[in-house]
Amino acid sequence: MLRASLREVSAALKEGHVTPTELCQRCLALIKSTKFVNAYITVVEETALKQAEESEKRYRTGQPLGVLDGIPIAVKDNFSTAGIETTCASEMLKGYIPPYSATVVQKLLDQGAVLLGKTNLDEFAMGSGSTDGVFGPVRNPWSYSRQYKEKSVPKSHPEDEDSNWVIAGGSSGGSAAAVSSFTCFAALGSDTGGSTRNPAAHCGVVGLKPTYGLISRHGLIPLVNSMDVPGILTRCVDDAAVVLGSLAGHDPKDSTTIQDNFKPFELPNLIDVSKLSIGIPKEYHAPGLSSEILALWSKAADLFKNAGANVIEVSLPHTHYSIVCYHVLCTAEVASNMARFDGLEYGHRSDMNKSTESMYAATRREGFNDVVRGRILSGNYFLLKQNYENYFVKAQKVRRLIANDFMKVFRSGVDILLTPTTLSDAVPYIEFIKEDNRTRSAQDDILTQAANMAGLPAISVPTALSERGLPIGLQFIGRSFQENQLLTVARWFEKQVKFPMIELEEVKRHDHGVFQHQKSASFS
Amino acid sequence: MRALSLGRWLRGAVRARSDGPGRARPVPGSPQKVTVDVLDHLEHLALVDFRDSEGVERLQKAIQFADQLHEVNTDGVEPMDSVLEDRCLYLREDDVTEGNCTKELLKNAREKVEEYFVAPPGNIPLPKLEEQETYLQSS
Repeated sequence: MLRASLREVSAALKEGHVTPTELCQRCLALIKSTKFVNAYITVVEETALKQAEESEKRYRTGQPLGVLDGIPIAVKDNFSTAGIETTCASEMLKGYIPPYSATVVQKLLDQGAVLLGKTNLDEFAMGSGSTDGVFGPVRNPWSYSRQYKEKSVPKSHPEDEDSNWVIAGGSSGGSAAAVSSFTCFAALGSDTGGSTRNPAAHCGVVGLKPTYGLISRHGLIPLVNSMDVPGILTRCVDDAAVVLGSLAGHDPKDSTTIQDNFKPFELPNLIDVSKLSIGIPKEYHAPGLSSEILALWSKAADLFKNAGANVIEVSLPHTHYSIVCYHVLCTAEVASNMARFDGLEYGHRSDMNKSTESMYAATRREGFNDVVRGRILSGNYFLLKQNYENYFVKAQKVRRLIANDFMKVFRSGVDILLTPTTLSDAVPYIEFIKEDNRTRSAQDDILTQAANMAGLPAISVPTALSERGLPIGLQFIGRSFQENQLLTVARWFEKQVKFPMIELEEVKRHDHGVFQHQKSASFS
Repeated sequence: MRALSLGRWLRGAVRARSDGPGRARPVPGSPQKVTVDVLDHLEHLALVDFRDSEGVERLQKAIQFADQLHEVNTDGVEPMDSVLEDRCLYLREDDVTEGNCTKELLKNAREKVEEYFVAPPGNIPLPKLEEQETYLQSS
């Protein structure tokens, strides 16, 4: 039952095969037995069961609120949740209980979803591994899959087994791991440079970054205001469309959400791919791209070609600079955004009481990790009067060139771009922590970041398993506000590649699999 | 002579500065060491400190990384603030829609008196570099 998709389980709830309370209890039990994954920072058992109970009443009276009623979900711990601790995985916000909920969280609750808890991340979402949070790293559930164990573990000594676990990707690694390990049916992440798509690719789930301005950011603790978007993590593209439909639309509390009407859509079963023009941006053949991902990418292009689509190589010449550009814009906005954490009104406060200024400084010294402090300091440097033009404004100009690259390609008639999501499959934690955070982010965000620069919608779809038995995702990038087309193509692709389901030993014991799923890897 | 009390790296930085004015300004293609004065200024602005030599090194690398931007020709290109620049920004009516939440807002503050947040004594600037116990001073 827990392995079902959101739509499947929603149908099961409607038909009475399972009650919201049963479903909630099973998820909570699974969260407990998969605690080692470290996907959750906070689990709100009591309120979740209460929400499930209310949902149950609605089903009993035949008046469920919609597809999401009774569906267990999880939310990244950088979205404010009224009455529930919201930490951003930082010492700075430990114990902080927001007085209000983010608009997206409220929308999910208003539609009857059952909030199980808050998921782990890199501190303030700054990272690409979900390894740099104060609550410890997230472990990729695939580390414990039969597929990975068979291919990777026998090669090393059995005593090394515990050090073989691979990272979940980030920064929404907790959300991706939660969906991947079947503890919830959908999760919210956030995406500023790839933070939803990267962990989605590493954990074998679907990760959608909607167009900037389509979904409210109110209550999402900001990283880079001009690029942040709430992200959606689900087991399949259909589910992503369902969640998108329930979240999208104008919010009076977020002036950057657009006022156009958004109509929730269902994805068509049959589509004619032959009318599509798929662009393959040559710059995404980046240094460090693994040969198996390259091969998979070209196989995917062939898939479209064979279905009659027009597949053409395109160029986005400024892609290479998007990471550098992001580095400057991100640190600058971080320097400004992090100024709010001073210890006075909320969050951590130092015992230093000599003066207000020294209390601020001590609070921030104690509250932020090295990565956050580093970005604040570099951001302040780039914003110095003598550097402002040279770095900040320069980066804003480069940003326009990057956005223009996309516009030109889409204007030339290309409908969707097809690229890899990551350079390689997930690496073991012990390898990952050898590099510093900035270097790693620069490598890991390289294929996802440009879409944020241009505000475009993008989705990572799990495609195949690597030689090591780990998931590989490919990315589709669409035109602004053309989520319908993007998801339609992604769904067609998903149906072709038949990504295998994760086989978790730990999970099997708790699952009474009602639903049949494709279990063979036919695309790798 | 505060340079005497600083570490080798910082002494190097101070020497570089004495070579002439305007050294703190980035020169495309040739990474410059950031002067102690700038580091000190940044710590005051950011209200976080570098903590150790790695912190300073991190900034140095961040600047070097950012310098790649200067390879791009941006002549005649307008800076881009937002991808929604072509649309009207939504502004709601300037009416009070929420309020009466003093109690709730104060709940998250560690120190308060009645309806007030409590701060330590104000208008006392952070100690000057010579009086600090931070890395920039002690190394």
